[in-house]
Amino acid sequence: MTAMEERPRLTREHVQELLRQMMRVRMFEDKCAELYTQEKIRGFLHLYDGEEAIATGIIPVLQPEDRIVATYREHGHALLRGIPMKAVMAEMYGKAEGCSGGRGGSMHLFDAATNFFGGNAIVGGGLPLAVGLGLADRMRNETHVTACFFGEGAVAEGEYHESMNLAALWGLPVLFVCENNRYAMGTALDRSESETDIHAKAAIYKIGSEAVDGMDVIAVEAAARRAIHTVRETGKPYFLECRTFRFRAHSMFDAQLYRTKEEIEDWRKRGPILRFQTWLLENKMIHEEDIAAIEATIHAEIDEAVAFAEAGRWEPIDTLTRHVYATQGTAP
Amino acid sequence: MSAAQSAPAAETTYREAVKQAIRDAMIRDPRVFLMGEDVGRYGGCYAVSKGLIEEFGPDRIRDTPLSESGFTGAGVGAALAGMRPIVELMTVNFSLLALDQILNNAATIRHMSGGQFGVPLVIRMATGAGRQLAAQHSHSLEGWYAHIPGIRVLAPATVEDARGMLWTALEDPDPVLIFENVMLYNMAGPLAADAGAVDIGKAAVRRQGKDVSLVTYGGSLWKTLDAAAALAKDGIEAEVIDLRSLRPLDDATIMASVGKTRRAVIVDEGWRTGSLAAEISARIMEQCFWSLDAPVGRVCSAEVPIPYPKHLEEASIPQTPQIVAAARATLGR
Repeated sequence: MTAMEERPRLTREHVQELLRQMMRVRMFEDKCAELYTQEKIRGFLHLYDGEEAIATGIIPVLQPEDRIVATYREHGHALLRGIPMKAVMAEMYGKAEGCSGGRGGSMHLFDAATNFFGGNAIVGGGLPLAVGLGLADRMRNETHVTACFFGEGAVAEGEYHESMNLAALWGLPVLFVCENNRYAMGTALDRSESETDIHAKAAIYKIGSEAVDGMDVIAVEAAARRAIHTVRETGKPYFLECRTFRFRAHSMFDAQLYRTKEEIEDWRKRGPILRFQTWLLENKMIHEEDIAAIEATIHAEIDEAVAFAEAGRWEPIDTLTRHVYATQGTAP
Repeated sequence: MSAAQSAPAAETTYREAVKQAIRDAMIRDPRVFLMGEDVGRYGGCYAVSKGLIEEFGPDRIRDTPLSESGFTGAGVGAALAGMRPIVELMTVNFSLLALDQILNNAATIRHMSGGQFGVPLVIRMATGAGRQLAAQHSHSLEGWYAHIPGIRVLAPATVEDARGMLWTALEDPDPVLIFENVMLYNMAGPLAADAGAVDIGKAAVRRQGKDVSLVTYGGSLWKTLDAAAALAKDGIEAEVIDLRSLRPLDDATIMASVGKTRRAVIVDEGWRTGSLAAEISARIMEQCFWSLDAPVGRVCSAEVPIPYPKHLEEASIPQTPQIVAAARATLGR
């Protein structure tokens, strides 16, 4: 067991770092929403608001050689994996300095340096990739873990079932993380699945699984440590269902006609940041001034990221067909 | 490259040539593995990989469940991680179940990631009609795939290309799709003992001629060569071009031929509407319009799901008499 995979140590330093990371994601995305209304960011913008405890609890437990496959709601995952905020923001702008060179945008953040294999915007489309990454590790006898994030909507896709079966059949070191926010766009879980207990679905593939309160960062981290340790030790897949809630609309175009304001407000009271911060304050593990200091630091980082993105370059149109093939200018 | 082969040639089937290519790649590069439905213990639906599981073991000759999207996507992932997978899809009709992974991931990730990640994946599949396999096993959809930027599409028509294209494809940093026409597996031809990698960027002139250019690929090549032989008896010298690569297309070879013959007929087993033949015809119009002495002709499949009965199946796809007639039409003869 690596040091990173032992039980969480609730030192003042560690809990403050967890809070800081969740706040950093939240504040970054609040800024993105603002920039979206200013038309600085275009296209689709899917916010992670309410779900931050999941990426915060899981991604820092991974090793640098491990890999991540994420979805189109992946800003938090990218930031937690260590892609610099300014490169993420520049990507949101579509600038050449973005982490995908501006070609991907919000839904397609990639970073080779941190083994971040993308925001995938086809629901379920990333799962077979994670299986393949795990297969490569298995065939080379490497002990890396591939963490694959997806929403509960993905479990209705054939690619989900194919991937579960392949990972279990071949014994591949993949951690499947289902971020169950109860709504696949506007379709509630019980309107789309005959079995709504998602983690139970892993059992039919003989994949070990666990459901965890995805609004509780400590619970997520503890489960992630167990899960990642299990995958690394056994080389077999594991399934973690994190039960959560998306506070905001599916994307910026969503009027949320499918759920009530009361439901959202009720969940907000149990929000991962509010709840953790309150608990830390009550237990004197953090003080109001610490929180203010964290906020100030994050604001400064965001301001710097926005300035970086604003100052970024638009790729010249004569490079339009770059990166279609390894050799630029390959004729059709 | 063919001219450079000096070792004695042995009569070899197309099936055996593909198998030799896979075997050679497996020996040369430990990153290479073959994955697909029934490639292992069964020996391959068309017996291409027969015996390879005994030689290389079940890890590298990997039988998969019937999960086309899952294992094609796994090939994409393994390629991203630095392996060199060969994914076999039993037939082009089944590849539609994997289209999401081929188009949305394999063809797209390099661009979407700003060039950070490449997908050096080879996907092989059988294509074409002629075995009375009816409307879900007989289509020629390689022209669809040739529509997609980010992938290469190859159609080996000779044993030499069946033997040589795979290795070149595996060396390519981008995804390559190889379409093997089902009617070619039993075809035999001379193959040099030291046959190896071939260039995949150029079309080949399989027969020289001055009167009309017949442009084709894959299984239709041999019918087109038969047509050219028939035309020669009537004093019409047809030039036959084997495209070999459907994406990219080798415009230079096509246009040089059409510039010389001033007439062209395209023979394509895809359906006529929106076909690869339509694309080539448009390119000839764009690049050779002022050299043409006749409208460009096309011999394509009839607009029908391939039927089961032999006589209807044969009537559905390009046949030698139609090619002869289309070539004559360009000459007004």
